[in-house]
Order: sequence, then structure tokens, then C-alpha cells
Amino acid sequence: MNLITPARVIAPPLPRPHPLSHAPHVQPRPSPRAESGFRSVQRLRGCMLSPHAELSSFVSLHDVESAALQSQDALRKARREQQLVSKRLLREDAQEEGEGQSAAVLLGEAEVQQFLRLAQRGTDEKEREKALVSLRRGLQHPETQQTFIRLEGSMRTLVGLLTSNRALLQLEAARCLHELSHSEQSAVAEACLPATSYLLTYLSGHSSDFIELCLYTLGNLIVESEAVRKQLLPQGIVLALTACIQSPHVAVLEALGYALSQLLQAKEAPEQIIPSLLDSSLPQHMLRLLQPGPKLNLGVAVEFAWCLHYIICSQVNNAMLLAHGALPTLAMLLLDLAGAVQRMDDVGLELLACPVLRCLSNLLTEVPVEAMEQMELRDERVLAALFILLQFFLQKQPTLLPEGLWLLNNLTANSPTVCTSLLSLDLIEPLLQLLPLSNVISVLVLTVLCNVVEKGPAYCQRLWPGPLLSCLLNTLVLSDTEVVGQSLELLQLLFLYQPEAAQAFLQQSGLQALERHREEAQLQDRILALQQTAIHCELQKP
Amino acid sequence: MLLPPSLYSRLAGAPGAAEPLPVERNPAAGAAPFRFTPRPVHFPRDHEFFEDGDVQRHLYLQDMLTQVSETPEKSMVPEFTCQVAGCCQVFAALEDYQHHYHMLHGNTCSLCSRAFPSGHLLDVHILEWHDSLFQILAQRQDMYQCLVEGCPEKFKTSQDRKDHMVRLHLYPADFRFDKPKTNRGPAMPAAAEPPARALKDDSDAMEISEPAAPPPCRRTYSHRIPSTVCFGQGAARGFKSTKKRNKQH
Repeated sequence: MNLITPARVIAPPLPRPHPLSHAPHVQPRPSPRAESGFRSVQRLRGCMLSPHAELSSFVSLHDVESAALQSQDALRKARREQQLVSKRLLREDAQEEGEGQSAAVLLGEAEVQQFLRLAQRGTDEKEREKALVSLRRGLQHPETQQTFIRLEGSMRTLVGLLTSNRALLQLEAARCLHELSHSEQSAVAEACLPATSYLLTYLSGHSSDFIELCLYTLGNLIVESEAVRKQLLPQGIVLALTACIQSPHVAVLEALGYALSQLLQAKEAPEQIIPSLLDSSLPQHMLRLLQPGPKLNLGVAVEFAWCLHYIICSQVNNAMLLAHGALPTLAMLLLDLAGAVQRMDDVGLELLACPVLRCLSNLLTEVPVEAMEQMELRDERVLAALFILLQFFLQKQPTLLPEGLWLLNNLTANSPTVCTSLLSLDLIEPLLQLLPLSNVISVLVLTVLCNVVEKGPAYCQRLWPGPLLSCLLNTLVLSDTEVVGQSLELLQLLFLYQPEAAQAFLQQSGLQALERHREEAQLQDRILALQQTAIHCELQKP
Repeated sequence: MLLPPSLYSRLAGAPGAAEPLPVERNPAAGAAPFRFTPRPVHFPRDHEFFEDGDVQRHLYLQDMLTQVSETPEKSMVPEFTCQVAGCCQVFAALEDYQHHYHMLHGNTCSLCSRAFPSGHLLDVHILEWHDSLFQILAQRQDMYQCLVEGCPEKFKTSQDRKDHMVRLHLYPADFRFDKPKTNRGPAMPAAAEPPARALKDDSDAMEISEPAAPPPCRRTYSHRIPSTVCFGQGAARGFKSTKKRNKQH
């Protein structure tokens, strides 16, 4: 069964601009999400009055979604080509920017040399520091970065300053390195190789600001260059991070999570990096930092949730994660997130919800069927939490709805308990309300319903009478093969376990609805079979 | 999406699972031409399904460009001098002093005043430079441990250790925290460094000020600061986005 439609619904291109449009690597406006989410929900709400949505209003929902999709197309394309390189830049120049200085200054070779010389050999402490600050400003400019790396001895000098006995020079030198690490050219990142052993050494130090800077720098270098990663592993990065993860400083932990997430995202991670990482105590520390409670820090949790997601996806040794209690931790975190939504304390929650959902969903595929019925995930509160989050996504981040529904599928597939909870908590109608939103969502919702219905007559009886049939008749009006196909599967099961449904189907012109698709190759056989079943049920009527 | 009101109280309620309804499958269910079987789905990292979420993650990371520029300003204070004996550095901001203290006085050998970036390197230094027992043992067995934390290897000489670190751990041959023991005299005064000195030979990079290197003696208590000391400042950054967004709303 193909769960996901590869093709999205794309309405004809719309001329109006969309608040989400911006290209990658360009400084984005802050908080674009809230704005667009609000607009989307206005359109969506207008169309959710009844299951019998008009076709025209259905199309307009797709309009909204497609506009959102198009504006992020550039980023999606980048991701498809694996060019989506995310980096962080710490710029401590609030004061300097306030003075109206332009951020990036183009420096020539002579100037770079002069600043380096002054920093290294100047007589006055302040002068040396200022020279490095000037160099750093220059290094915000890509051309200056190129000039710097081409200058002989420049990195050597910078490393010398990084390891000098002048704390403030060290800090400025580290900031220069950090600017270099942000370059989009791997040659620049590779030029920083001589510094990595020192960056790692300093992770065991005590100056939290400095450590934070080193971590973000490492993270940026890691994502940019395989040569850097190849060097960092034998240099002992895993153990350096393990020592560092015990820091009590939130900023350090967040930076560490970032660096680690970049390491785990590497294409060679499943073979080269994740195995040694799983051998260390890092996984336990990561799970500790994801424990819900008063000490949970959102920024830190976001980073480590993404780390966990990359590890789990790789499927290197998820059994070990399960043994360390990953499932209960993540389930409790899900409850925590839903609680935060309820308290309206939900700024940025989707950033954590996304990786948590992914971790849970993928981990569930490694739990044997028998074990599904003996676990924390049978807890009704998990289902309640998931739906509260689905509603939150609908308002704030509709693009995350499929991921939430994916978890719902993985929860319900092999669990009669969860399916029963879905019925007893009255969650079927809310689920049906999501049907019209998009093809991907429709397929997911229908699949979840199939999960419930296939468990037998006891389950179907709870769905009858109800809005299910009208919703299915609506989906049959669509042209998407995947959606219609899944509807047919659901209808077959429904007719099998609840014959009255077949009769009602016929009364509501179901046969004609089926007829639309009779020419479709992928649907033909099933259409025919359903038509026959429906008629057969009709004939069986006393 | 209209959720039943009881859902919210269910979330806050006690853990518990429903009593599952009886499962009773008909063999005709999902039989050809139908094909449905319930199954959990796994998505690999690069799957198209993750596209939207990944783009959001990317935007969040890139967004930090704007967030971090609002880092709280340094706490400026009247100028003061570092109180550690022999150190005359002057500071006007607490964060600067905090960094200075941790970097230069945090892991300092009380015997020769050399500063080290970590407690581990300080321990190794004290062992190898100031412990006469170490010297005796080193004549008979491999005592020079690899400086990479977690590597169990030990070596007969510091040169052998350096070779190992260069070959296996890809460390630079002139790694500054792996200098062989010398009886070199005091470093130049902190304020000035001679222009002619190339950094290559600057093995005194970590020295601050001192008398002549003392004769080897038994390891004494080393002057160390607990790692959690943070001068009341602590790391002010947290979930930067939240801070910024809260300010906007």
C-alpha cells in the first residue's frame, strides 16, 4: 500500500505574493510563520462547515496551500538537491550595529595582513583587540574570507591568537573563526582545519561563552565539509561532546545540540558517525535533556529532538534507544507539548513537535506487533495530546498535519486499544474534518480510518450511523487516484462489516459516484468489485 | 477542527487505556483486488514526506541571524583589576572578566603558573612535570598517556605520544598543549611579546608569569575552580526565538 501521494495538488499559479516567500541564505524576516498561519486558517475555517463541501470551496483550500507551497519551492528544491545547508551565526555586535556600521567590510590583502600583524605583535592590549575586531568585521564579507585563506600564514596566526594567553584576544580570534565557519564555500571551511583540535580541546574548559562559540563554529564547519568531519572523529569529537553535554549552561547545551545535529545529518553518518555515537553515553544524555518537567528548555530540546530524529531514521540501532526508554520519554514529551498548547504557551512549539512526532512514528515501526499492546503508547492521553497538537498545527503550521497523521497511522495500525480510544474519545468526527484539506492529508485520514474499520464489526458498529459515508461520497468526487483508491479500500471494509452502510451507499447514489472512475486503470478492479458488493448487499435485503 | 471538550480534561487526567473492542476479521477483508493491510510506515531521512518540516527547521536555524543580534549587552562596571596574584589585567565588563578568569586562572598549575584549557590537561601536566614518582615509573613502563580523552594508549616517551596523536588522531604536530618538559626560564612579561618571535617557536604561549621552573616535587593540591562558577552571570542565551517573539507580541 502506498501511503503517500508523491504528487501534490498544484492549482494554477497565483499572482498574489505570499508572506512566506524568501530565498535561502538571505536574511529572513523574523517570525514569518504566525502571519501566514493566520491567513491560512481564515480560508480553511470558511470551508469546514459541513462534510458536503462544494467543489469550488475545496479548490480554494488548495489554492491557499499551493501558494504556500510555491513560495517555499526554492527551499524545497534546495532540500531535494541536498543543498539545504543551515548554519547559525552568533553575532555579538548589538552595540556595533547600533552605531550604524555596515556589517560586512571588504578588506584587501594588505589590510588583512596589517590587522593580523597588529593583533599578533601589537604592544597595546586594546590595539591588538581592536585589530581583531576589525578583521572580524571584514571576515563577514565572503571576499575578505577568500583573501584571508589565500594569505600565507594567516590561519596559523589566527590559531596562535586562539591559543594565546590573552583571554580577550582568544575570544576575538574565536569570533573570527566563527565568521569563517559561516562561509558557504567549503574551501574556507577546510582552511579552518588546523583549528579544530583546539576547538575540541576548549570544549572541556569552563568559559561557557567561549565553549558556546566553539560549538557553533564546529557545527558550521561540520556541515560544510566532509574533510572536517573526517578529521573530527579521530580527534575525539564524540568524547569531547560527551564531556560537554554535562554542562549546566543552557546556551552551551543548545549549541552542542546544534553541532551534534549537523554531525548526525552528514551523509556518511549512518556508517561512520552514528555507530560510535551510540557506543558512547551521548544517547542517554540526550534523552535526559528531553525529559519533560520544569527543567526542560525548549531551545535545547529542539536541538536534541532533531539529533534523535537523525539517529532513529538511520536505523543503526534503534533497539538500543528503545531499551534506554526513548518511547516513554518521547510520549511524555508529547503530553507536555499538548499541555503547553492548552495553556497557550505555544510559541515555537511546532519546532519541537515536528521532530518528536517523527521520532515516535519511526520508532514505532521497530516495536513488534505483540509489544504494541503492552506499552505506554496505549495511554489515552497520548491520543488526546496528538489531536490537540493536530488542532494546533491546523492553526499555526498546517504543513505539519501530515506528520501528525503519520503518527496516528503508526499508533492505530496494530493496536486495537488505540483504535478503541479513537472511537471512545469521539475523535472520528474531528478526523473527518481534516479530510478536505489536501490529497496527502486525505490519504492519511482514510488510512487511519481503514486501520480502525479493518479490526472488525465491533469497530464498524461504532461508526454507524455517522458522517463517514457522506465524507466518503465526497472523496469519490475527487480525481486523485490515491485518494479515491484509499476510499475504495475503506468502503470495502465498511460494506463487509456493516452491510447497512452498503445500502445507504446505494441510496445516496454511490454507484454513480463509483462510475466516474471506472476507466481509471488503477481503480477499475476495485470499482467493479465494490459495485458488485453493493448490489449484492442490496439484493440480500430482507 | 472541533475537538470534544472532554479531550482537554482527558489530557490532564490519569494515565489509562481503553478496554479494546473485540477484533474479528473476515478473511475477505483486503482480499484481491483490494489490498489494504494496516501497517506502521517508516520514512528515511531524505524522504519527500519530510520536506516541509525540514524547510521549517532550516528557516529556524537561519532565523538565528536576526535573533542573536539582540544578545543582552555586557554588564559594564567601573574598571577593576583581576585579583589573582601576579595578574594585572583590567576589566570593564563582567563577561570579559569571567572569560579571562576561566581561561587563564581556571585550570592553572599552582606550581609553575601555567594555565591550561581544561582540568584534564592540567592533571596531565602536573603528573608529567611535577611528579617525581611519575619520572621513576616512566623509566620502567609506558606512562605518557594520549591526550585525547577516551583514548587508552600510553607511551614510553612524550615524543612517541606526539607521534601517535599526529598519526592516529590527526592532531597538529605543534599542538600547543603537548609541549615536552623543559627547564626554560620565565616567559616574557605579559604586556609585550618580541616582534621577531615566530609563533612556531612560541611554546610559552600558555605561560603567564613565573619564577624559574621549580625542581620536580610531589604533586600538590592544584588550584582549580569548580566548573559551575559563573560570577552571577550565567549564560544568558536560551531559546532566542522565544525571547524575540515575545518581545514582538
